[in-house]
Amino acid sequence: MIPLIITLLLPLISSLLILFMNKENVKLIKYFTLISSLITFLISLFLLFNFNNTNPDIQYYINVTWVSSLDAGFRIGLDGMSLLLVMLITFISPIAILSSFDSIKTREKEYYFMILLLQFAMVGVFTALDTFLFYIFWELILIPMYFIIGIWGGKNRLYATVKFFIFTMVGSLFMLVAIIWLGNYVGNEILKTGFTTDYLKIKEVANLIPLNYQNWLFWAFAISFFIKVPLFPLHTWLPDAHTEAPTAGSVILAAILLKMGTYGLIRFNLEFFTSASIANASLISIFAVIGIIYGALVAAIQTDIKKLVAYSSVSHLGFVVLGIFSMTAIGIQGAIIQMVNHGLSTGMLFLLVGIIYERRHTREISEYGGIARIMPVYATFFAIAMFSSVGLPGLNGFVGEYLTLIGAFTSPILNSWGYAIAASTGVIFAAVYLLWMYQRVFFGTVDNPSNLNLKDLSKREWAFLVPIVIFIVWIGLHPSTFTNISENSTRKLVNKIENVKFGITPYPELLKNSNLKTNSNQINNNKIGK
Amino acid sequence: MTITQSYLNNLMASVGYFAPEIAIVVTFIVAILFDLMFKKSKNIAAYISIIGLIITGFILSGNIGISKSLFDGLIVVDPYSTFFKFLFLITTILIMVMSLSYKELYDNNRKVGEYYSMLVGITFGMFLLASAVNLITIYLSIEILSLSSYVLAGYTKEIRRASEASLKYVIYGSLSSGIMVYGMSLLYGATMTLDVAKINVAILSGHVELFPIIIGGLMILVGFGYKMSAVPFHYWTPDVYEGAPITITSYLSVASKAAGFAVFIRFFKDLYLLPATSDINIWNTISNFHWQTIVAVLSVLTMTVGNFVALWQENVKRLLAYSSIAHAGYILMAVVVMTNVGITSILLYFVFYMIMNLGAFFVAQLFANKIGSDDLKDYIGLGYRSPVLAVLMTVFLISLTGLPPTAGFIGKFYIFTAVLDKGFVWLAVIGVLNSVVSLFYYAKIFRNMFLRSVADDTKNNFKFSAPAFPLSIAYVLAFATILFGLYFSPILNWAENSVTMFK
Repeated sequence: MIPLIITLLLPLISSLLILFMNKENVKLIKYFTLISSLITFLISLFLLFNFNNTNPDIQYYINVTWVSSLDAGFRIGLDGMSLLLVMLITFISPIAILSSFDSIKTREKEYYFMILLLQFAMVGVFTALDTFLFYIFWELILIPMYFIIGIWGGKNRLYATVKFFIFTMVGSLFMLVAIIWLGNYVGNEILKTGFTTDYLKIKEVANLIPLNYQNWLFWAFAISFFIKVPLFPLHTWLPDAHTEAPTAGSVILAAILLKMGTYGLIRFNLEFFTSASIANASLISIFAVIGIIYGALVAAIQTDIKKLVAYSSVSHLGFVVLGIFSMTAIGIQGAIIQMVNHGLSTGMLFLLVGIIYERRHTREISEYGGIARIMPVYATFFAIAMFSSVGLPGLNGFVGEYLTLIGAFTSPILNSWGYAIAASTGVIFAAVYLLWMYQRVFFGTVDNPSNLNLKDLSKREWAFLVPIVIFIVWIGLHPSTFTNISENSTRKLVNKIENVKFGITPYPELLKNSNLKTNSNQINNNKIGK
Repeated sequence: MTITQSYLNNLMASVGYFAPEIAIVVTFIVAILFDLMFKKSKNIAAYISIIGLIITGFILSGNIGISKSLFDGLIVVDPYSTFFKFLFLITTILIMVMSLSYKELYDNNRKVGEYYSMLVGITFGMFLLASAVNLITIYLSIEILSLSSYVLAGYTKEIRRASEASLKYVIYGSLSSGIMVYGMSLLYGATMTLDVAKINVAILSGHVELFPIIIGGLMILVGFGYKMSAVPFHYWTPDVYEGAPITITSYLSVASKAAGFAVFIRFFKDLYLLPATSDINIWNTISNFHWQTIVAVLSVLTMTVGNFVALWQENVKRLLAYSSIAHAGYILMAVVVMTNVGITSILLYFVFYMIMNLGAFFVAQLFANKIGSDDLKDYIGLGYRSPVLAVLMTVFLISLTGLPPTAGFIGKFYIFTAVLDKGFVWLAVIGVLNSVVSLFYYAKIFRNMFLRSVADDTKNNFKFSAPAFPLSIAYVLAFATILFGLYFSPILNWAENSVTMFK
């Protein structure tokens, strides 16, 4: 419990401390931020080591009453799915901070304040087990991100940041209405104990809500998450925001912020509105598949490296959504691993793009060529990140995509091979656009004289790239280290889903230590009753 | 016992509970007299007014929890009115303190004694209005409130736009109060009584003509709508808000609006009050007439027009004026449901709205002191020139947008809860869409402050901050905005206890 509180609150406390530091003392602020986020990472390791993989339920649960009339509380905790993502945050944050040491040259104090505030809110989103608290963290993300893109971004940053802000806000306000409606309905109609925002309470009974209401609630939550993911056709804010954001902003945006959407889909849509999720799974999977192919095709014609990587995110996140809505244990496992993978590989690609942008101040592919001869180490790192993103067996990307595709293939709910077959073309396209880009940037002759004097990686850059590579290889070679953590939580969810749909329990061994059985019977009775 | 004697007894019993209002009147008189006597000390009226109002606050705290009808049913003292009275007091005191550092007001060696005493006069009017349960007291207190407001709106009389504002305010004001008083006469004609509770009894008895009551009610709604600046009775608002001194603008946008809502809710609640056993929606007391729909339409119009027109504004004062119209629309959403939950959420919202709106106007005033302009384009780069004030402004704006973790979010959350509780999903969705629109123009202000920077060569590139005292007030308001976003149970409990009279 205590490590979780520290992991959540240390970034907030540090960010407030920064406010009291002297603006001129940039070095202090930088290193303070870095050390604080490294300590957060070390403390979050305790979460990992003390975590009980065999328990599918919430662990480290903290419940402090906050607003008694709303039954809203400071309720946080982790299960296998959220643990992996929290670890991703605490791992990526110091890297993002380290990467901005040279690239952020104005208003450093405000910048590092915003980054730490952002980290606090992100951990909050993935740990909150109260819809009210979740919403607060969810919206809190917007403010630092708005300023990070808007103040330290590129030329077109005003447009990008406003677009990002408005898009996200539209979605999340519908979620707010749904949260209130849900709290009211569950509290006053089903439990009859008064308004509630307690996640665990709602989860137990939310599927008793009649399907027509459930559908509305499902979409109110889903739209907000789809915008964040972003699922085709709600993705248009993403390329702008990514292109204009500073490197660290892009890294955090890609590695973590997009995962908030996919995490929310699992955490809220699947857990709460199981029947509605089953009913809408095919439709959403179609959009996921379109997103996979569309993202890849659009990425292929980009002339700006960063934009190319941004569109590749649309494609990769399509796999995650497909995995989630395959509603199989393998598919959801794959989705979670793919979230982590995408955080690592796309995060690394953005870091690498940032590195070359700092040296040449352009991201146009046509400006480069033959870089491999000038910056061999850089080219090697880029190759690793690229192959990871392509999904080369032996690296992490392969595991995630493979599992999600298997999930979609074997899914009894989608019940069609078409999704998996269509989606797997996305893997091929990914190879096309990434390899083609790599070829144009790194191979060939150096025909642009301004590229001749580019310096290879500095020690600082080594320092933040190597840890990512370690995990890219580790997940690729031994994924069970990570899949074991989320396995039981996922299976429990799939138990619930299959129970609703087919009345069977595919993983009965989990029933021993949970009260799932009674609940699912209730749900079944309710279904038959209608 | 003769009639005279019982009247006197009643009077004597009532005077004790009327002490806060008496204290205000005394403050008013003392402030004017001292201002005349001590011509050298400019702010004496201000200091006396502030001290007097603080004393009033102490006296008022004696009325907490008391429910009593005074002066033969002309006014009542109850937790509901006491809540609003505290709100008015705090707002007035804050406005007075803010006015002390308002440059435009002190320009040209202007005498400001009347300014502060007029504010005390408005407070008196609002106190009465929150308590009024008789058509005569309602009308009189609205007029007391309005007359002082007209004067204050044009207080900086050499400024053309202020005089224009004042004149427009008078014309619109007299029109609407004329319509209102006509409506009252219809009610009186139909029921032969001025007491709202007795009119209610008459309606419930079923022996009255309903047509004049409905028309009368609609006409009275015009008068209240004018005070609340609900669309379509809002035409005066932007011009007056832009023209008036900014302190008065923020005062009108908070206190005067709250007074309008206080009387609006009480009047319709009392007028259509049902016997306690009945659980019919109070709006359905008069069958075949859909008050609820009318208020819902009013609410939708108010927030939508307010927000959309605010989008095009290039002047921060005017923008905030339209935003305050939109906020009236959000509050009206909760009036639509008229449940205790709804009224609680209104009271809660007003406390938060007071803090954040006063804060935003105050920072705008501090900016205007230095840069001499309220234009949005002059806000460009203020985040660099005056970082502290700009950050404070951003806090208030985020709260006005309704984003967590600020008080504005909590206020909106409770309003939506009240609305959804009664199943008005469509209304909540419109409210939500309006919040998105509002984000657009609030963001325009902090976008200009932070995300755009001025060209280095302009002469207007000096850095500045505010003097310590005004700055500390802004800090307190900003702190409260965030604090109430995280911890608001005391205020919520207070608001819940204040609506117990509406059973």
